[in-house]
Amino acid sequence: MIRLFYFAGLRELTGVAEEKAALAGQTVEGLWQWAEAKYPGIRNGSVRVAVNEEYALANDILQDGDTVAFIPPVSGG
Amino acid sequence: MKAFEVTAEPINPQAYADYVLRPEAGAVTVFTGHVREWTKGVRTLYLAYEAYVPMAEKKLAEIGREIEDRWEGTRVAIAHRIGELQIGDIAVAIAVSSPHRRVAYEANEYAIERIKEMVPIWKKEIWEDGEEWIGDQKKKPEGEQR
Repeated sequence: MIRLFYFAGLRELTGVAEEKAALAGQTVEGLWQWAEAKYPGIRNGSVRVAVNEEYALANDILQDGDTVAFIPPVSGG
Repeated sequence: MKAFEVTAEPINPQAYADYVLRPEAGAVTVFTGHVREWTKGVRTLYLAYEAYVPMAEKKLAEIGREIEDRWEGTRVAIAHRIGELQIGDIAVAIAVSSPHRRVAYEANEYAIERIKEMVPIWKKEIWEDGEEWIGDQKKKPEGEQR
C-alpha cells in the first residue's frame, strides 16, 4: 500500500488529510491519473508530488510502503 | 533547538544567531519574517501556517547545505513556525554567519528565496470577510483581485 498525504487547499479539495491506496508498481504519472479520476481538479499543473519526502518525476515508480504527498504551491516565509 | 526546524512554538531568533556564531565569523545576519496586517489594502486578522514537517525540515537543511557549499565559511540555521500566528509574530528566522558581512547578507536573502520556492509550508490568510491559502487561487473574497 501507498500512504498519501494532502495539504492545505488540496486537503480541502479532497476532504481527507491522508489515506492509503493500492498503487505500488504505478508510476507517478499513473498516480496522477488515479488522483485526477478520484478528485477532479487536483491535477492543475502547479501541484507537485513528493515521494518519501523528495520531489518526484513522472516516470518514478511507487514501491510498496512509499509515502506520497501532493504539494500545492508553497507559501512559506 | 535544531538548526533546521519547523516549530509550533514562538521563535526566539537569538537562539539561531547564537548557534551560527563561531570565532571565524565576523558577521552574523538574522532575518525575521513577521505577520503583516495590511497586504494590498486588505486587512489580515491572523495567519495559519501548515507544513509537511519532516520534508520541510529536510528541505531547510538542504538550503543550509547549498549555502555552506556556495559561500565558504558560512554557517546557517533556519526556523519556521506553524499554527495560528498573530500580527507581528515571527513566522521565520534565518541566521547566517560568515567571515565577512557581504556574504552574510547575500546568503541570508538566498535562503528566504529558496524557502519560498521549495519548502512545503503553506500560509492561509484570514481576513474579516474570507480566507485563502496563499499560492492557491481559490476562495477569493467576492470581487477581490489579489
